[in-house]
Amino acid sequence: MSLDRRKFLKSAAAASAASAMGMTVPVELQASQEKAESDWRWDKAACRFCGTGCGIMMATKGEGNDRKIVAVKGDPAAPVNRGLNCIKGYFNAKIMYGADRLTQPLLRVGADGKFDKHGKFAPISWERAFDEMEFYAKKALKSGGPEAVGVFSSGQYTIMEGYAAQKMMKAGFRSNAFDPNARHCMASAVVGFYQTFGVDEPSGCYDDIELTDTVVAWGSNMAEMHPILWSRVTDRKLSDPDRVKVVSIQTYTHRTSDLADIEILFSPNTDTALWNYVAHEIVYNHPEVIDWEFIKKHIIFAAGPVNIGYGMRRKGEKSLVDGKYTELEMETISKEMSKKVSAKEAPALAPYGYKEGDTMNNTAGTLKHWEISFEEYKKSLAPYTLDYTAKIVKGDPDEDINEFKAKLKALAALYVEKGRKVVSFWTMGMNQHTRGTWTNTLSYNVHFMLNKQAKPGSGAFSLTGQPSACGTAREVGTFTHRLPADMMVKNPKHRSIAEHKWMVPQGTINPVGKQHIMKIHRDIEDGLIKFAWVNVCNPYQDSASATHWIKAAREMDNFIVTSDGYPGISAKVSDLILPSAMIYEKWGAYGNAERRTQHWRQQVVPVGDAMSDTWQWVEFSKRFTVKDLWGEQAPSGPRKKPLPNVIAQAKEMGYSEDTTMFDILFANDVAKSYKLDQKDPIQAGYDNSEGYGDGRNVIGSDGKVFEGYGFFIQKYLWEEYASFTRGHGHDLAPFDMYQKVRGLKWPVVDGKETQWRFNSKYDPYAAKETKENGNAFAFYGKLAKALPYGDLQGIKKKEKTGLKNKAKIFARPYMDPPEMPDENYDTWLCTGRVLEHWHSGTMTMRVPELYRAVPEALCYMHPADAKAKGLKQGGLAWVESRRGKVKARVETRGRNRPARGLVFVPWFDEKVFINKVCLDATCPMSKQTDYKKCAVKIYKA
Amino acid sequence: MKYLISRRITQITVMALYVAANVWGLKILEGNLSSSVLLGTVPLSDPYAVLQMCVAGSVITTDVLIGAVIIALFYGVVGGRMFCSWVCPINMVTDAANWLRRKLGISHVQKRVYMSRNLRLWILAMSLVLSFAMGLTAFELVSPISMLHRGLVFGMGFGFSAILIIFFFDLFVHENGWCGYVCPLGGFYSLVGKFSLIRVKHNVDNCTECMKCKVVCPEKEVLHMVAKHSATVTMGACTNCARCIEVCDDDALNFSIRNFIDKK
Amino acid sequence: MSKEKFSSRRKFLLTTARAAGLAGIGALVWSSMLEESTASSLILRPPGALPEKDFLKTCIKCGLCVSACPYDTLKLAAPGDHKPMGTPFFDARDIPCYMCTDIPCVPVCPTGALDEQSVSTDGELDINLSRMGVAVIDSSACVAFWGIQCDACHRACPLIDEAIIIEYDKNERTGKHAFLTPVVVNDVCTGCGMCEHACITEKAAITIIPRDVVLGHAGSHYVKGWDKKDEARIKDATGATTHTELSKQSALDSLNDDSELY
Repeated sequence: MSLDRRKFLKSAAAASAASAMGMTVPVELQASQEKAESDWRWDKAACRFCGTGCGIMMATKGEGNDRKIVAVKGDPAAPVNRGLNCIKGYFNAKIMYGADRLTQPLLRVGADGKFDKHGKFAPISWERAFDEMEFYAKKALKSGGPEAVGVFSSGQYTIMEGYAAQKMMKAGFRSNAFDPNARHCMASAVVGFYQTFGVDEPSGCYDDIELTDTVVAWGSNMAEMHPILWSRVTDRKLSDPDRVKVVSIQTYTHRTSDLADIEILFSPNTDTALWNYVAHEIVYNHPEVIDWEFIKKHIIFAAGPVNIGYGMRRKGEKSLVDGKYTELEMETISKEMSKKVSAKEAPALAPYGYKEGDTMNNTAGTLKHWEISFEEYKKSLAPYTLDYTAKIVKGDPDEDINEFKAKLKALAALYVEKGRKVVSFWTMGMNQHTRGTWTNTLSYNVHFMLNKQAKPGSGAFSLTGQPSACGTAREVGTFTHRLPADMMVKNPKHRSIAEHKWMVPQGTINPVGKQHIMKIHRDIEDGLIKFAWVNVCNPYQDSASATHWIKAAREMDNFIVTSDGYPGISAKVSDLILPSAMIYEKWGAYGNAERRTQHWRQQVVPVGDAMSDTWQWVEFSKRFTVKDLWGEQAPSGPRKKPLPNVIAQAKEMGYSEDTTMFDILFANDVAKSYKLDQKDPIQAGYDNSEGYGDGRNVIGSDGKVFEGYGFFIQKYLWEEYASFTRGHGHDLAPFDMYQKVRGLKWPVVDGKETQWRFNSKYDPYAAKETKENGNAFAFYGKLAKALPYGDLQGIKKKEKTGLKNKAKIFARPYMDPPEMPDENYDTWLCTGRVLEHWHSGTMTMRVPELYRAVPEALCYMHPADAKAKGLKQGGLAWVESRRGKVKARVETRGRNRPARGLVFVPWFDEKVFINKVCLDATCPMSKQTDYKKCAVKIYKA
Repeated sequence: MKYLISRRITQITVMALYVAANVWGLKILEGNLSSSVLLGTVPLSDPYAVLQMCVAGSVITTDVLIGAVIIALFYGVVGGRMFCSWVCPINMVTDAANWLRRKLGISHVQKRVYMSRNLRLWILAMSLVLSFAMGLTAFELVSPISMLHRGLVFGMGFGFSAILIIFFFDLFVHENGWCGYVCPLGGFYSLVGKFSLIRVKHNVDNCTECMKCKVVCPEKEVLHMVAKHSATVTMGACTNCARCIEVCDDDALNFSIRNFIDKK
Repeated sequence: MSKEKFSSRRKFLLTTARAAGLAGIGALVWSSMLEESTASSLILRPPGALPEKDFLKTCIKCGLCVSACPYDTLKLAAPGDHKPMGTPFFDARDIPCYMCTDIPCVPVCPTGALDEQSVSTDGELDINLSRMGVAVIDSSACVAFWGIQCDACHRACPLIDEAIIIEYDKNERTGKHAFLTPVVVNDVCTGCGMCEHACITEKAAITIIPRDVVLGHAGSHYVKGWDKKDEARIKDATGATTHTELSKQSALDSLNDDSELY
């Protein structure tokens, strides 16, 4: 068999060499994507799943409504995956056709057919669905203003969908209670980027893999979570096994360690100490390797407060006052207000003025920071000697300390080695962390000091989890605090730009963006948010302390709507369920982890009466007029000032009190200029359910057959969104260009994509900034680029100094997480994913092959722990925290091998609802939940 | 009726205990009629199956040996061929077939097919020869009895067809055909149970010669003494089913303990 | 001829012959049924099962192992399963053996058809010693050999990295990816079938097959010079006389036979 393959490889070698260089596409492959072969049609698309962003080709068969996706192939022309896929991607053709797809709106009704919160779901019309939504959204607006209308948004929205939702929420409803599940996965990376570079998104790209000598995976199971990238790492290792080194830095052994030259198992949360140790090695033991020229030109040092809490509920919040949290829960939550400095963290906190046993009074998380001197930074690193670091970092109690020390030294040596290129990859391990922002910034410290950042083959690179966490959530800005293209709601200039582009009155946009996704849950529990809409995510399964949020949704006076393709937990918790068109049933675009944007066309007509989320938002916008939304809004929730009445200005702009948001935001004259045209080669022969309606003749929101908007709304949304990005370092190419290529990495300037940002050789923006001084780099991000001056303990000089084109190295200590194992809850719980399933499993658990492969979530633990607790391999055990418990099967062998003292339970399985156990502590800066750490006890079920 | 009901109760209880052990984990009687464990400790094994294993050349463990001896001793000393009418689930099938046969009067219209009662002994012998020659447990691999009791406990598959064949065989081909003529396990137990203590006894003084007992008896030869002289039924073929006792309105048939000393 | 003409002696002979004939036919039919029902060699037995031949004569078909199995893996072959009736087996694609560390199915076996010794080291049960079968990969259907990042079998393997290992190979076609292909280590594979169960192809590309069906056997006349442990095989080595077509004739005969020499 291997002989056959070799033979094949030989014959293909010549052709593949060229394609590997990314220069040509084999002719027969190119032909196949255009020619309709017999009765099926191939067209390109992007994989539905992770942030890797593999290109695929979809084969559809049938006519009109009966056209179905029948097969998928990896797109051989796609630069990321070159025709390959992982097994989730392998099943893209099957994800939309689960037998229990939602096909019609469902409302909880009582015996009288009226809405009843305690009623059973019954099918209703789209018209009735929007009637109910309108009624309850207006009721919420009346009770709590814009802050009472919330949306759980998503990093799995298409870019157009996310943009439409963003526009209606921020310009229409004037609500910033709009935050994506991407908060759970990328927020710490984002704040890390903002703090370090002043602009979001990584500087490097996947090409680093082929160019580097060293891959260090920090808290990332790339082998399972980014399998295609992992196969590229593997290939790199194979191409030069002696030179290329792979390091796996994890809290438990998993498949990523398979390839590793060094595996470091660290005690949860101590990755901050480990990064600081590498920096300590550089600063104290190898000062000669510091690239001072680079640092002087491009870097300043900075520090911020350390007593910033853990992003949990704070004293005085309504649900705490109302006693909705048990005494046990309060044991952990109390740390949010104040805590005792532990022996473990005391040495690390000494330079900041704390010693063991001190009470640290926490303030609410803040992004505040100030410039410090290098000497201060050096002082912050002093504690991280090999002895201290090894003592607190060693994650396997059975490992020999000296062997562990040797590994730490070897790790530092790899970073330090002159001429050795190093890429540091991370995913959720570093992001889902109560000091996630810190850890992210610490990674850049090491790379900056060695001048190993933003260079081909070198750099710290955050790998995204979701398919469009970058493209939609971050770049479109479907976050509470953001506007498109890295603009912020709290910045008046940014609001003004957005208001202008959106053709809404100045002052419309709400300047307070504090209702991040956990805050939305908490605000529902506190009774502030009365209307919430779930889009392309499953927040009732994926949020920690899940029982609180489910109770709040089911038992309180509110109205929860879920748009979904399948009946997941969120749908079950809702009052109204809307059937959504799934990915290939609509025109769309995703942006992956390396800033690559990929578009696809609508391949098939949606099933049943399902309609796209774009359509749902646009139809919803028809129900709201200028006078409904744009009058004065009294202070509410986090907003302490009223929102101005902008109706008069609206009238000046030519709108009347009764103009609908539909007319203003979605069906304006600009929008209508994007014509539907079957002669346009891009559109010819493809469905456009929003544009034309489709053969299903779905009865729409007005009780009549929906016959389409009559214009190319997806292109309109794309182009309007793209206009935000152009000229601001985020440049996206025109809609049509993306239909022809296999994705482009922004900024796309003059039709050319950018591989390494901030590097003047590759990035036209950096080139522009360095034209005069001839520098090799320009860190041109604009956020927080003027700082006061101080030392590790605070600001000393208030006047701010500008730091144009500079990046920052932060002093940040190791600190304990708020909940650690103790006598009662003696084990760390870490959650995460498995290769076979995507997130909450609503799609992959409906693919029979994937379901069969991994039908349930297991509790992976060390055999000695299992024995000590009287648990049997394969037996059932309770995993119980202060918040709740779940039953899971014990697995002491297999793919994940924790050391003693830690268990790993994946979260895809709604029957092993591990988020009932997890703690909703977040990084207080990024508000990203730490799903990787809480304390549990495990006992026989 | 009391004996019929008792027989049905024991037959059903034994099977129910097996099912309960397998399905609900109620560990009173685990396994099946081939081999089981009583109360988690006492091994019980089918001596005929063990004999086949023996002949086939298998190494016999103490457990099955003890189990087989317990069963053989029980039937050999106490119960006689009771297995067939009190335990074996096939008995319910053949009883049903024969009941229907009598109701429909099939025996009256049918040409008698000649079969020898010795057939089962031939088959018994052949099973041992084949077991020896092929190194297999020859009857166990094809036994419809096992199909039924295993099937009831562990899943039937196409086993129903074998059971139906027996049913129709007994109904249309030969009265008491399976249990009375073919089944080598029955043959085995009639040899084992030849000298057992529990016996039917005939008292000719009470006999009115109505001959109902001979009509219902599945092994008519064993009642050769009826209406002739008082005697204990001594042939091993008697299954102690007590049908004769139940149909006898004259108290001419009853269970008794065999009296060896008294024997003529 | 009329009945009366038969002598009783002749009658006896004829009856005996008839009986013997019938018995012969019966035995033939019966043995062919047995032959048929035991012919299937692709049956997966519970852990610790004796070699199939011994297993068939030793298993009493009581189903105690089936009752003991907590995962409903084991079934008793019913008519229609096309397996020796009443014997325990499992279908790995349906429910594999989950390799319980306390192997509940084995100690309950009353006849020793499931041999506790064979799955014990030093008196302790050790499921890793069981050899229910061996996994065989169809590399043309296995998507990992296409370059798809799968290895679901590897991750499902309870002896991951021991019984199934991953072989790395450059993917020259793409120029930047690697093949991560599963390879079964026959000596270690227990045949539990978790890989077959997990396999994501429509019909599994990795299948458990009884070991004696699929595994070869190298002669003991050669041992690996680079593997000290392999020397253990010498204990079976003999200096037996060899025979081929050519050596049929004795040396003397063949030397004297020059018939076709020229």
